[in-house]
Amino acid sequence: MLRLWKLAFGLLAVLFLLVPMFAILPLAFNDSSILTYPMTGVSMRWFSELVEENIWRRAILNSLIIGLSTAVFASVLGTLAALGLRGSTGRLARFGNLIFLMPMVAPIVVLGVGMQLMFTRLGLNNTYLGVIIAHTVISVPFVVISVSAALAGIDPALERASANLGASPRATFVHVTLPLARPGILAGAIFALATSLDEVVLTLFLGGAGQRTLAREMFAQLRENLTPVIAAVSFVFIVGTVCLGAVNVFLRNSRRFRAEGPAE
Amino acid sequence: MSARTRRRLLARGALLSPLVLFLFFFFFVPLFNVMRSAIYDPVIARAFPVLSRSVEGWDRAGPPTPDMQEALIADLRGTTPEVLGDAVRRLNGMSSGFRSLMSKTTRALEAAPDPATRVDLLAVDARWGDPLRWQAIVDNLSPYTDRFLLAAFDLERDSTGAIAAMPPERAANFAYFTRTFVISALVTGLCILIGLPYAMLAASVRGRQRQLLLAAVLIPMWTSILVRASSWFILMQDQGLINGALIGSGLSEAAVPLLFTRTGVVLSMTHMLLPFMVLPVFNVLVAIPGNLMPAAAALGANPLRAFWHVLLPLAARGIVSGSLLVFMTSIGFYILPAILGGPAEQLISSLIAMYSTKAANWPMASALGLILFGITSMLYVVFGRIGTTPARRN
Repeated sequence: MLRLWKLAFGLLAVLFLLVPMFAILPLAFNDSSILTYPMTGVSMRWFSELVEENIWRRAILNSLIIGLSTAVFASVLGTLAALGLRGSTGRLARFGNLIFLMPMVAPIVVLGVGMQLMFTRLGLNNTYLGVIIAHTVISVPFVVISVSAALAGIDPALERASANLGASPRATFVHVTLPLARPGILAGAIFALATSLDEVVLTLFLGGAGQRTLAREMFAQLRENLTPVIAAVSFVFIVGTVCLGAVNVFLRNSRRFRAEGPAE
Repeated sequence: MSARTRRRLLARGALLSPLVLFLFFFFFVPLFNVMRSAIYDPVIARAFPVLSRSVEGWDRAGPPTPDMQEALIADLRGTTPEVLGDAVRRLNGMSSGFRSLMSKTTRALEAAPDPATRVDLLAVDARWGDPLRWQAIVDNLSPYTDRFLLAAFDLERDSTGAIAAMPPERAANFAYFTRTFVISALVTGLCILIGLPYAMLAASVRGRQRQLLLAAVLIPMWTSILVRASSWFILMQDQGLINGALIGSGLSEAAVPLLFTRTGVVLSMTHMLLPFMVLPVFNVLVAIPGNLMPAAAALGANPLRAFWHVLLPLAARGIVSGSLLVFMTSIGFYILPAILGGPAEQLISSLIAMYSTKAANWPMASALGLILFGITSMLYVVFGRIGTTPARRN
């Protein structure tokens, strides 16, 4: 009896968690111009609208420009900081956690107001640079976490061995530490890219008409006119997430492979 | 300090400083701007520099002194149209009619361009004889003010300077706080209700089953919030999948309204935040030795009693952590209520966004933001003390 209840609860909970992810996806291939079930026929017209229609094309381009720049900025800044925090204990580690992780907790709208006040004065409102800076602020914690975890997983004996074999600290860093940390850095960059691609609020506050990203456009369309292109964008987002997730799992496995040797 | 430790410290500093500086300028300075702008509002002081030096002899209740009238005229002549325009907009927001009064007055002054000609303000417009008009300007001449912080709680200073409740027709802010707390508490409660048994289930099974249960929690966390919002939109439409299932199964005769209702917003927020409850509780539960529950049973406790006296106290840390995380995150929600909620489901964040992007009332947006940030920080500090997992997304 208890087993049955457990099974039923588990099933319902998993459905509750997963159905809202995927409910929209089939509609990407629906040929009706109303975004609702039942499906009337299969068509790819919403995908072609997504790549051909000017606003969506522009939005994809903006998302890529802003997302990739954010990933680069955040991974450089975050990796340097994680290296600086490496092996630290006590006050420095606490300070690092407090400062570097705080952007994850600050309510995003409040941050938006503050940045808008400041960016107006700096002339950064409605510029790519402004949006990229804002996205970097909120995605850099993920890089710090992920690179710190990768660095903590490096066996110090490897670096000592390199030094014993006559490598300079610089050579050890470039040829031993950095390659071992690379999966963590890439994972952090992917987190940063994903954060930027999905960011709406700061883009809304700081970006102008010229910086409308895919997420921003989707938000606007969801509130104004529900076009089925939204379903097509969702499909692209989900496929993108699955790909990025797969890359991440692959990186983690390849790191394990390198650190422990091939599994049997 | 040896040369080596000093070198190492220098290296640390060099590595840490780029991010420290970056976050200082683009994270802490903006937050500081919010704090400052919540209590510092020079818009009116900037427009009326002469007037602010000549109000001392005024008794607040009587007609304006001749000095004040002349000072106001000097300010209207001397201030640039942009600065004056900002001030008039602000004054008009506080007591209507200022816009027409000011433009009428500036027109009259333009008709008499020679500063030596005496202009009688009361002759230009009788409204200048009303002490309340003057109070509105004079009370806002100081650039530092608690007006916006008070207004966030629907309070204001009355004509004597004491703190009093705003008249109900203007009291519109505090309702957002209560609503935000009610909805966040509902979401937190639902997350405990679903998340605790879910985490217990995941901790009680092994292998593939556990992986499946954890994946079901992690996949949503990885998925774009906009995709989830659009999916909920499709599910909750009147002709959507949930209503289709309800009507199809005979549970309901007609479509149950879900979109733009509180039920819909709470449901979708619970879905979004459930992982933040499940993961900390799960982490605590898997660390509990597996023989405790059998031991409780062997000592004669029925399952309910064993759960209440053994498992729940041990899981409490995880539940409290998860609840703080869920509550702290949900009071800052903006996107989901904006897409799935009606006007009665908008939380404090959308009020802030409204003040800053639509009304261009930065001080009000900042005051509300400061309070929201203060509450979140306090919860974060408590969370850090209890802390199981600091990371919010992974």
